Amino acid sequence: MKKIAAVPILYILFLMLPIYWLVNMSFKTTNEILGTFSLYPHEFTLDNYITIFTDPTWYNGYFNSLTYVGINTVISVSAALPAAYAFSRYRFVGDKHLFFWLLTNRMAPPAVFALPFFQLYSAVNLFDTPLAVALAHCLFNIPLAVWILEGFMSGVPKELDETAYVDGYSFPRFFVRIFIPTIAAGIGVACFFCFMFSWVELLLAKTLTSVAAKPIAATMTRTASTSGYELGLLAAAGTLTIIPGAFVIYFVRNYIAKGFALGRV
Amino acid sequence: MDNKTTNPKAWFFVLPVVVLVAFNAVIPLMTVVNYSVQETFGDNIFFWEGVKWFETVLNSERFHASLGRQLIFTSIILAIEVPLGVAIALTMPKKGVWVSVCLVLMAMPLLIPWNVVGAMWNIFALPDIGLLGHSINALGIDYNFTRQPFAAWFTTILMDVWHWTSLVVLLAYAGLRSIPDAYYQAAKIDGAKPWAVFRYIQLPKMKRVLTIAILLRFMDSFMIYTEPFVLTGGGPGNSTTFLSIDLVKVALGQFDLGPAAAMSLIYFLIVLLVSWVFYTLMMKDEDQ
Amino acid sequence: MSKISLTNVRHSYLTEPKTDADWALKEMSVDWSDGGAYALLGPSGCGKTTLLNIISGLLTPTEGEVWFGDEEVSEMPPDQRNIAQVFQFPVVYDTMTVYDNLAFPLRNRGLSEPEIDGKVREIADMLDLAETLMTRASGLTADGKQKISLGRGLVRSDVNVIMFDEPLTVIDPHLKWVLRSKLKELHQKIGTTMIYVTHDQTEALTFADQVVVMQEGEVVQIGTPVDLFERPQHTFVGHFIGSPGMNVLGCSVDQGQPVFGGAPVAMSKKIGAYDANARLEIGIRPEFISFADQGIPVQIEKISDAGRFSIVETRHGDDVIKLLVPDGGAFPSDQAFLTFDPDHTHVYANDWVVTRGAYG
Repeated sequence: MKKIAAVPILYILFLMLPIYWLVNMSFKTTNEILGTFSLYPHEFTLDNYITIFTDPTWYNGYFNSLTYVGINTVISVSAALPAAYAFSRYRFVGDKHLFFWLLTNRMAPPAVFALPFFQLYSAVNLFDTPLAVALAHCLFNIPLAVWILEGFMSGVPKELDETAYVDGYSFPRFFVRIFIPTIAAGIGVACFFCFMFSWVELLLAKTLTSVAAKPIAATMTRTASTSGYELGLLAAAGTLTIIPGAFVIYFVRNYIAKGFALGRV
Repeated sequence: MDNKTTNPKAWFFVLPVVVLVAFNAVIPLMTVVNYSVQETFGDNIFFWEGVKWFETVLNSERFHASLGRQLIFTSIILAIEVPLGVAIALTMPKKGVWVSVCLVLMAMPLLIPWNVVGAMWNIFALPDIGLLGHSINALGIDYNFTRQPFAAWFTTILMDVWHWTSLVVLLAYAGLRSIPDAYYQAAKIDGAKPWAVFRYIQLPKMKRVLTIAILLRFMDSFMIYTEPFVLTGGGPGNSTTFLSIDLVKVALGQFDLGPAAAMSLIYFLIVLLVSWVFYTLMMKDEDQ
Repeated sequence: MSKISLTNVRHSYLTEPKTDADWALKEMSVDWSDGGAYALLGPSGCGKTTLLNIISGLLTPTEGEVWFGDEEVSEMPPDQRNIAQVFQFPVVYDTMTVYDNLAFPLRNRGLSEPEIDGKVREIADMLDLAETLMTRASGLTADGKQKISLGRGLVRSDVNVIMFDEPLTVIDPHLKWVLRSKLKELHQKIGTTMIYVTHDQTEALTFADQVVVMQEGEVVQIGTPVDLFERPQHTFVGHFIGSPGMNVLGCSVDQGQPVFGGAPVAMSKKIGAYDANARLEIGIRPEFISFADQGIPVQIEKISDAGRFSIVETRHGDDVIKLLVPDGGAFPSDQAFLTFDPDHTHVYANDWVVTRGAYG
């Protein structure tokens, strides 16, 4: 089997190449970038990173992004938990249609919502706040969270619920003390995906913010449009955005494949 | 499998979800529908136009062009990423520490903000200072994605393959892992060749997973905006202006509310229709 | 078709086994004669699947050799050993018809279509699958699918041994009996060696001519069902076989006679040599104990009605002794005396039998 191991290795090398190039550039001075073509920094510099860590317009971008992603994950998963429970355990008027309608929102092109969101969130005075982006991302994150959680919950036998009632648990106590620990893995997976899709999304995040809540993505594109002058800085900013993602994957590495495989798959 | 109890109070459970999603979906959509059938000359005065905008959009060459580009793009993406993803998943280790390492490394492109993906590839593919651009030109091929439409397409597709194939790999891998060993053992005993094992055991058992992968990749590539926008800005010229990019130009750039709204609805409908077809196929299999 | 031998086979799933517990299979040498119907019986985790996979070639043993007739096959892959295996859950090629499923192994081996057709129909008839030949395999019930699995093994005329790994696990209880009888019938008709792995003693005892009992990686006894019942060589065999299992009571030995509860117990066999420091026990099945006017004094604790007989649970000091009383038989209400049938009383040292003598 060793000879076939070449395929994943080649693929991973392919994946690492642009990342390596980005990191490479982040440690170079602008002069070196524009002047020579080098596979590693001849004039190694930390200036780009220092700028980012000391300039509020830069590091605030990260805070803003992490803020709205965090808020969104909390809102999405919290709202999805009772809903998923209902879909998993109960029949009610319109349940199948509701579920389908939720899924269709995952299929909505963000571009379609750019302008209407701009108007809507301005109208409710939430424009340029992390909350606006967090709420906007609920559009596609909540259906996803419901879908994932429902899959996990359906794997838990109803007998567990019934036993708890017989033992005298009230519903809230049962849900918090017994049910949630049972589906902890599912909650982890749902949080992971909410984090992922909110962290990477740019269009809505940019549209709904301008100065105060500007995400790192917007700060970067401003730099990119001054084509070429601040490539090193851009590269450093980009490299830093990879880190939270890498962390998150590392922590959920055992659940990645498992999460996909449960329920619906 | 349905041992659910009927409970009208269930609506309280789904209320938060309904409120949050409806707020984000229904109100904007109503706005869009509103704009799509009206004309405005400013000052918030609207005139009913009926289906005029829809006709305009559906007949406009610009729309045909960007729709055409989008369809070609999505087709190429699906044709490359799905088989490639499956092929890689087939060769991945099945157990041991390497599994985690592989999965983590492969998942990394998926968690990079989309604008950084675009920016990364921009830097990577620049003809003089980017590793890829420099290398291709060093081979004697004249390559500049900022000026040549073919190079722009090539780079955009390569970027998307780099970005999203891992999703297919992860899904396919999960599907493969769920096949019990006994199937492979039985195939060995039956004397089956590797191709037969793939065709009769692995592929059928991965059907559900592959449907999800194809559905997701179709939807996301059809709605793609950020990465190509940051990479090429839609150019050179219009050559990589896909549907979302065009729509945003019309809506936020030109503020042509009517045509933008009509285009939005048509766009949404296309995605819904194709996705619905896939969804039905998927559900049909489950009933069998 | 040939005799199968395992010589000094030992297996560990670890690359560097150190302690005894690291070995999934302790050293063993077992012969399987040509055409025999064997059961491999033991609780979960005892190593029976490991042993099965070594015979079929899905596993190569860490130590030892596997022989098919005169040929050593220890490293040979399964498809060259001419074996067939039926798994715990049905393994069928869902996208193919029943016909194509049965034909698959033959097509892979390059037989001609007319030959294949003949064989497939013959086996389909034998297994009552003829009606469903043209339906998609995925549409059959669990027992139908298991029959297809079995059929794929039977279509090949060169099969040395057919192995069953708990094949009735997913079958409905009322169909288990039907399939079991079918298997027995097939064995009598075809005469191929069959090895049937199970943890269910009923399955094992009704199917097999010879039963191999395993525990914790060791073969504990090989014998006919009657052998296992009447002359268990290991206390585990005594426990595991029979319902309820054998009574195992701590005892001592004085001048060649077992002593229990202070009094010597009559026994028709001699006690052979044993380690002086060994733990000694008497083994006697509930079927061979009866109430008497004198003997071992016991207190009656519980009576369970099991249909044609009752299981009486009695207590002597710290020991629980169970015996069977046929339906309608009388028994005392509170205190009583028990006698053990001397012909069926055995003595065990460290779980292994030490009584010798005329085995009736």
